[in-house]
Amino acid sequence: MFRNQYDSDVTVWSPQGRLHQVEYAMEAVKLGSATLGLKNKTHAVLIALKRATSELSAYQKKIIPIDKHMGITISGLTADARMLSRYMRTECLNYKYSHDDVLPVSRLIAALGNKMQTCTQRYDRRPYGVGLLVAGYDDQGPHIYQTCPSANYFDCKAMAMGARSQSARTYLEKHLNEFANCELNELVKHGLRALLDTLPNEDALTIKNVSIAIVGKGTEFTILDETATADYLWDMEGEEERGRPTEPDVEQDNRPPQVPPPDEGPRDPIPAVAMDTE
Amino acid sequence: MAMLNEYSGRNLPDYEFEAVKKVHFSPYADNGGSVIALAGDDFCIIAGDTRLSSGFSIYTREQQKLFPLSNTTVLGCSGCWCDTLTLTRILSARMQMYKHEHHKEMSTPAAAQMLSTMLYYKRFFPYYVSNMLAGLDENGKGCVYSYDPIGHCERSNYRAGGSAGALLQPLLDNQVGYKNQEGVDPTPLSQERALSIIKDVFISAAERDIYTGDGISIKIITKDGVKNESFSLRKD
Amino acid sequence: MAFMTKGDWYNSQAFWQNGPAPGAIYNFPGNTAQSESNGFQRSQAPITTGTSVLGLHYKDGVVIAADVLGSYGSLAKYRNCERLMKVNDNIILGAGGDFADFQYIKNIIEQKILEEECLDDGFSLKPKSLHCWLTRVMYNRRSKFDPFWNNFIIAGMDDDKPFMGTVDKLGTAYADPVITTGYGAYMATPLLRKAYEDNKEMTKEEALQHIHKSMQVLFYRDARSFPKYHVGIINKDGIEIKGPLTLESNWEVANM
Repeated sequence: MFRNQYDSDVTVWSPQGRLHQVEYAMEAVKLGSATLGLKNKTHAVLIALKRATSELSAYQKKIIPIDKHMGITISGLTADARMLSRYMRTECLNYKYSHDDVLPVSRLIAALGNKMQTCTQRYDRRPYGVGLLVAGYDDQGPHIYQTCPSANYFDCKAMAMGARSQSARTYLEKHLNEFANCELNELVKHGLRALLDTLPNEDALTIKNVSIAIVGKGTEFTILDETATADYLWDMEGEEERGRPTEPDVEQDNRPPQVPPPDEGPRDPIPAVAMDTE
Repeated sequence: MAMLNEYSGRNLPDYEFEAVKKVHFSPYADNGGSVIALAGDDFCIIAGDTRLSSGFSIYTREQQKLFPLSNTTVLGCSGCWCDTLTLTRILSARMQMYKHEHHKEMSTPAAAQMLSTMLYYKRFFPYYVSNMLAGLDENGKGCVYSYDPIGHCERSNYRAGGSAGALLQPLLDNQVGYKNQEGVDPTPLSQERALSIIKDVFISAAERDIYTGDGISIKIITKDGVKNESFSLRKD
Repeated sequence: MAFMTKGDWYNSQAFWQNGPAPGAIYNFPGNTAQSESNGFQRSQAPITTGTSVLGLHYKDGVVIAADVLGSYGSLAKYRNCERLMKVNDNIILGAGGDFADFQYIKNIIEQKILEEECLDDGFSLKPKSLHCWLTRVMYNRRSKFDPFWNNFIIAGMDDDKPFMGTVDKLGTAYADPVITTGYGAYMATPLLRKAYEDNKEMTKEEALQHIHKSMQVLFYRDARSFPKYHVGIINKDGIEIKGPLTLESNWEVANM
């Protein structure tokens, strides 16, 4: 089914100068559960909300380690994320093999951007249906980068993406000035509060559905285990959920009609989706 | 046609100069060095000397020849140093790939098998390296794997390798394996005894082998991780 | 037709299996027998060579030195060959051995640095990285039995600490506070090692003095050396390559 006559292929322009296929791919990112990244002066943190597709299945991994100094969190098509993470790992390994050093984060992101871009300009490709938040630490300090299916990438102080992530972004924007100088513990708590804002009222953050990863000065990229995660969640306990703004309608403009937002119940199976999104 | 054939041997008459001698090229060098590993019930000790040499020249007196591959595995190398460098770089990349694919560190026996395969893959242009892999197996027991340059692999409890390997192995047979003695009652190797044997054995090696000396670095592998020690040897 | 070297035949694909390659058709079927000899003569010997390179750590940097002679066998053919190269603001490269191979690698490194500068991302190559990269390059070529016939010394500042490493034609690499190549390994090493052991915190001037003395000793004994040399100094303030400096020498004893 075509939503308009200019979206049959990535190489087709609309008269308004838009590439509808690329924009649809951007929507895939919003299908994944919320995930966010933020940094202070020494560390970068990724926090993700995991969901299980059914009662029977395990919670899907949202954070993928790339190298000792870098990791990503994903939102969108997991399968696409696997290809990208494999590419990133290979690049890091090759650089380490030939230069005995870690690959600067910005260089990897630029290379990744170029790889993703080719998919938005060729009729025999499709854009990657996944957004990444990359947390890394190199000689220039901690970094958070966001990449999109459109092959754009952004150097961020903090960013959130995925389902209902607007509330998290609102939180992050509001507290942006506090991040740079706060302690690592405080930084993680900010992240958890931001993530909490994306949850429906009846849900809570648990050690099962939260995944935290830290990288920074003197800290290799590590995904916290359940005990360490529990410690942070304990600290959070009792914290009032912020006055949560309802998610603004992201489609106020005259974009083509979108796939209806999926049911947010984290455990509901998503019907009629060809590929799993996480 | 004649012209083609005339010059095809790359003889460049203009540049012929008898003083430019053809030097034979060998892709290998012997850079010396010795490595010893001893395994106990719950530990493993590996030690290597720190001299890197070529012929009668000492390149450096402070060359680490022990390469930690994981928290429970250490590789010791001696022989052709350029091959060692290459082999260990590839190994550490393979260790990382394994970790990413399997979400766990490679066990020592698995690393031992992988090393054997990697060496045999270069069967007809071998890495001229004498390898010694020390670590703890899945049950936490110390283990030592030793190799020939083309991938033959054997597990044992004690082994000496490298330039002084042939000198030291009989000594270890006697002191650690209680071989060639009568009326001895083998006692399990303790960590202290292992450490003192290693030091003694290297002091002896430095006396007799010119490619071994300057110092040794020791890695003691237990379930709590890897502990480093070092010890000086004679510098001549 | 003389411009068609043997190398060209092997580089182009044969028209059919065991058939002639483009260009070699004029010699058909002559070349098929030749190509069975499999491959052409690789560089088995250096041609125009440079002799020793010396390097020494001092308190807050490294000095390295190499003379300016390009020898052609025993002939002192080229008398103004600079063998030190500024790689970027914190790396100097010194080369001994085949001068053509050095110039070729120099070009590649310059290109590499240029490409990095084009990225303009604030990162610059570290000496440790160049050392590793060059080791890989040298090892790969030796594995093809087509080595770059060089000894390199890489000196630089790694996170405000002096770094000096070396690579030879096999890809044998190590780092040390005192490195010498060629004849220097036999004659200058003891002098420089002693100087370094006596005072690991020596000043730049002292280090230059030791290097100068060693170059002089080498000039007296190494028949492929020359009394003019370049010296490269690297510390946290940057790089300075000075020269050619002249070595004074006294050959009166040589008179009959």
